[in-house]
Amino acid sequence: MNQHLVVVGGGMVAQRLVEALRDRDTAGTWRITVLAEEPRRPYDRVALTSYFSGRDADDLALGDPELWSDPLVTLVRDDAVTHIDRDAKTVTTAHGRTEAYDHLVLATGSSAWVPPIEGKDLPGVFVYRTVDDVAELRGYVEKLSEDRVVKGAVLGGGLLGLEAAGALQALGARTTVLQVGTHLMSTQVDLGGGEALRRLINNLGVGVRLNAMTTRIRPHRRGGVGRLDLADGGRVDADVVVIAAGVRPRDELGRASGLEIGERGGIVVDDTCLTSDLDISAVGEVACIQGATIGLVAPGYAMAEITADRLLGGTSEFPGADTATKLKLSGVDVASFGDAFGETPGSLEIVWADPVGGVYKKLVMSDDARTLLGGVLVGDASAYASLRPMLGRELPGDPAAFLLPEGGGGAPELELPDDAAVCSCNNVSAGTIRGAVTEHGCTDLGAVKACTKAGTSCGSCLPLVKKLVTTELAAQGIEVSTALCEHFALSRAQLYDAVRVSGVSSFTQVIERFGTRAEGRGCDICRPTVASILATTSPAHVLEGERATLQDTNDHVMANLQKDGSYSVVPRIAGGEVTPEGLIAIGEVAKDFGLYTKITGGQRIDMFGARIDQLPLIWQRLVDAGFESGHAYGKSLRTVKSCVGSTWCRFGVQDSVALAVMLELRYRGLRSPHKIKLGVSGCARECAEARGKDVGVIATDKGWNVYVGGNGGFTPRHAQLLAEDLDTETLIRTIDRFLLYYVRTADRLQRTAPWIEDVEGGLDGVRAVVMEDSLGIAADLDEQMAQHVVEYEDEWRATLEDPEKLRRFASFVNAPDTPDPSLAYVPERGQSRPATADERDDARPTPHHEPVLVAGARLEVRS
Amino acid sequence: MTALETLVWTTVCRLDDLAVERGAAALLGADQVALFRLVDGRVLAVQQHDPFSDAYVISRGIVGSRSVDGVEVPTVASPMYKQVFDLTTGRCLDVAGKTPAQDLASDLRTWPVRVVDGLVEVGS
Ligand code: SRM
Ligand SMILES: Cc1cc2nc3c(=O)[nH]c(=O)nc-3n(C[C@H](O)[C@H](O)[C@H](O)COP(=O)(O)OP(=O)(O)OC[C@H]3O[C@@H](n4cnc5c(N)ncnc54)[C@H](O)[C@@H]3O)c2cc1C
Ligand code: SF4
Ligand code: FES
Repeated sequence: MNQHLVVVGGGMVAQRLVEALRDRDTAGTWRITVLAEEPRRPYDRVALTSYFSGRDADDLALGDPELWSDPLVTLVRDDAVTHIDRDAKTVTTAHGRTEAYDHLVLATGSSAWVPPIEGKDLPGVFVYRTVDDVAELRGYVEKLSEDRVVKGAVLGGGLLGLEAAGALQALGARTTVLQVGTHLMSTQVDLGGGEALRRLINNLGVGVRLNAMTTRIRPHRRGGVGRLDLADGGRVDADVVVIAAGVRPRDELGRASGLEIGERGGIVVDDTCLTSDLDISAVGEVACIQGATIGLVAPGYAMAEITADRLLGGTSEFPGADTATKLKLSGVDVASFGDAFGETPGSLEIVWADPVGGVYKKLVMSDDARTLLGGVLVGDASAYASLRPMLGRELPGDPAAFLLPEGGGGAPELELPDDAAVCSCNNVSAGTIRGAVTEHGCTDLGAVKACTKAGTSCGSCLPLVKKLVTTELAAQGIEVSTALCEHFALSRAQLYDAVRVSGVSSFTQVIERFGTRAEGRGCDICRPTVASILATTSPAHVLEGERATLQDTNDHVMANLQKDGSYSVVPRIAGGEVTPEGLIAIGEVAKDFGLYTKITGGQRIDMFGARIDQLPLIWQRLVDAGFESGHAYGKSLRTVKSCVGSTWCRFGVQDSVALAVMLELRYRGLRSPHKIKLGVSGCARECAEARGKDVGVIATDKGWNVYVGGNGGFTPRHAQLLAEDLDTETLIRTIDRFLLYYVRTADRLQRTAPWIEDVEGGLDGVRAVVMEDSLGIAADLDEQMAQHVVEYEDEWRATLEDPEKLRRFASFVNAPDTPDPSLAYVPERGQSRPATADERDDARPTPHHEPVLVAGARLEVRS
Repeated sequence: MTALETLVWTTVCRLDDLAVERGAAALLGADQVALFRLVDGRVLAVQQHDPFSDAYVISRGIVGSRSVDGVEVPTVASPMYKQVFDLTTGRCLDVAGKTPAQDLASDLRTWPVRVVDGLVEVGS
């Protein structure tokens, strides 16, 4: 007979406890029942904010879902425990369920603390703790945004408050953070860091009011909240208020059943996580351990691991909490770790600040300036991953070197001791990560993550984990595999050369000659890569013969797949220049097909919601109006952004629009390892943001400066100067060579910025090849580009002219004109958008197959 | 258990209507089916509904193959989030770090297919 473990609360720590116990309890000595109040499986609360960016609650899933199908695990959702009978050793739930336990674990977490202010219960006042909170908040803001710009206020300028403010801002609300104290994130950063942080937050467009104590929340005439009154007599208008004033442990069950409670709340436990009743443990945020409750997930995970270990007879103890934190707000880099306030007697602080750039970094060192005790990094927290594991250890060299901007002073390479904690969320040491490589035979980052769990929670340790893995593999003499996938042992660059030199021109030939096995038919990685290579080594229409089978759906139907299976169409608007007639034509197409329209970040107009069977009809209309559809998909040239330039602008020194149009027409359709974007500015004021592009051109009095390797996206980089004052002809030749050199040698999905770093000699190396022809390939590159320019054809027009190619646009092979019945749209702000799963389910009476339009937002198609 | 369940064969298209190594969607009553014609001439059918994105898109994925326990099986990768499925069994071979939407199963339903006189028939 096995014993029965009952867990109250289905949060993050409960999930980890069940996972750890099921992992180790191979004999099945414990049967587990989790009683959870929330209606869903445990989810990743830490990533809650990402739920705002339109994702599903499902994306927040934690761990392997199989855990919940384990026969020894029962998860009861949507039922809160209301009573513990310690004598009978049973718990009772709100729905009247009673469970007898051999051991009980309380993992009830915390709830958001709402200060007792007047108006706190008004509609429009929210907390920020659960998926439901966030869903309601999102719905409320979206509703209000339909007819005005929403004003948001967040009470509390801590980690959570700033995250909430970022989320509100992302929803389009103009947001102000009200902080009671003297600076933001006052628990983690000092006054200097707080000041730098305020500037960064302001840069996001979020207002900050310090020393702002809210005394009352006032309703609006129209209902809902309207404004906040502050203690200093000030007022802040707000249509929506998020209270992020702190959390309180949910220790009510503990109190009611007479367990010892901490002075400031929380169920008191010892270092083994046992409460004052030896049959009951408490873990996670509800536990008061070593005198305090801790609002972070890593210590909670440690408690879960300890409890699992103890239940199986182990002897582990709580080592003390790692309270290092990193703010997860994009565009604002903040981290704090260890003794951030320099409270250790005799400690020294080393500060580096760049007030203009909003950077503030501080290291707290022992009195001899050698041992790292803590730190605060604001504005540039890139050193966080490598410094945090060095806590309590000697830093090699001058500590100041670690604070200088990247590339500034060259911090010494850190050789991490084996016992240094690398991933604090999952408590994984450097030694364990090295061991995964040396003892468990992991040969890539993915395997190490799966094996050790390092990097699987907040992700902030990933750069360091990756570095450790690569170093360890290299030390083992294992070459880090550059193989494309299981079908090709070559890297993209190697394969490119092999294909170019051998002259083979079809996928079947490529895989026969260079593949790992003859019977392989490729995959979603190598097929598009080979398509991209063949596109420049032996150009042909993307849908020609076997090539059509290599393309991702976007390239295959020459439009962008959207989340519901419909597509978007983005007509090419070279250089961003468009005539009024052009605008009208696009508008009419969108109107006639009922498409949602939006101006893109690339100076063109995106039309969303086209069904696959409508695409050719849409292109025909565009072609008739003198447009080609554009590549908003595909690893190819996207856009050449321009500013208005010397034709109109009183400062312009060259005609940037004309050059941008010319460049866009020259490089359109060029297939490459990743997408390529260009920008042209008419003077040094740089209104086209050209230095954020793969190739940026900036006009000078004497000609053009060309910059390369600019990148937005996940790792933004400014482009670096490649050459100055070029005339137009030299400029174009330079860009031709730069692009083709990249096309030939970059890795799959490698943008220009990381590629330049990889080229031998870096930017200088690129310059030598492109400007001085150090490899003697320039003539070859020039010729290849000339061929590209000559052979380019409007891919959409060519498709319309070929009935064979048009067949792929049927909705159903046996009912080509029946629209996909699963598509459903609802109106929003005067246009239509895909219905959410819930909206579709609501409108769907019968199981799955008989979808209906939720609202008739789609117009009939004219054909 | 009896093996006498009879299949009803429905003709959906000509073999020539299907491009090699590219999918096509077909309506089978209320079900959306994704048909795939492989290089070796086989035609396979799985559900068009992608359990991971909850969109009806499987036929638009890239067809390929993967070695599973030494056997080369034909595969399709969802065009949405790139989960890989075994076309012969519908089994999900790679969840690509995701879990299915709602409570959907991660494997795909399959249908038997036969080609008679150049016509593709799906059994149900
Ligand atoms: C439509 C658009 C957003 C908008 O509404 O404004 C957009 C939409 C998408 N972007 Fe973007 N990006 C758009 C401008 C940008 C910009 C801004 C710009 O171009 O000036 C950037 C940053 C600049 C840059 O690229 O360096 C940008 C950086 C990304 C990235 C990050 C790339 C990186 O190097 O990290 C991705 C992801 C990727 O490509 O792997 C991405 C991926 C995507 C995808 C393809 C994601 C996807 O697979 O669905 C989106 C396609 C939507 C669609 O179907 O149309 N998009 N994307 C913009 C289209 C511009 C256009 O006219 O072509
Ligand atoms: C937006 C946000 C961002 C965050 N970011 C970070 C971060 O970057 N880093 C970090 O370390 N931490 C972060 N946290 C904190 C982290 O989420 C928590 O520390 C962690 O979730 C605690 O886990 P837990 O299991 O103790 O509690 P919870 O995850 O809160 O789970 C407790 C569960 O118990 C349930 N429950 C309570 N009482 C009962 C009852 N009587 N019966 C049944 N069920 C009950 C609750 O409904 C809840 O589902 C963040 C939190 C939020 C809200
Ligand atoms: S449009 Fe770009 S930034 Fe926006 S959600 Fe899509 S990929 Fe992300
Ligand atoms: S530190 Fe959070 S995942 Fe490693």
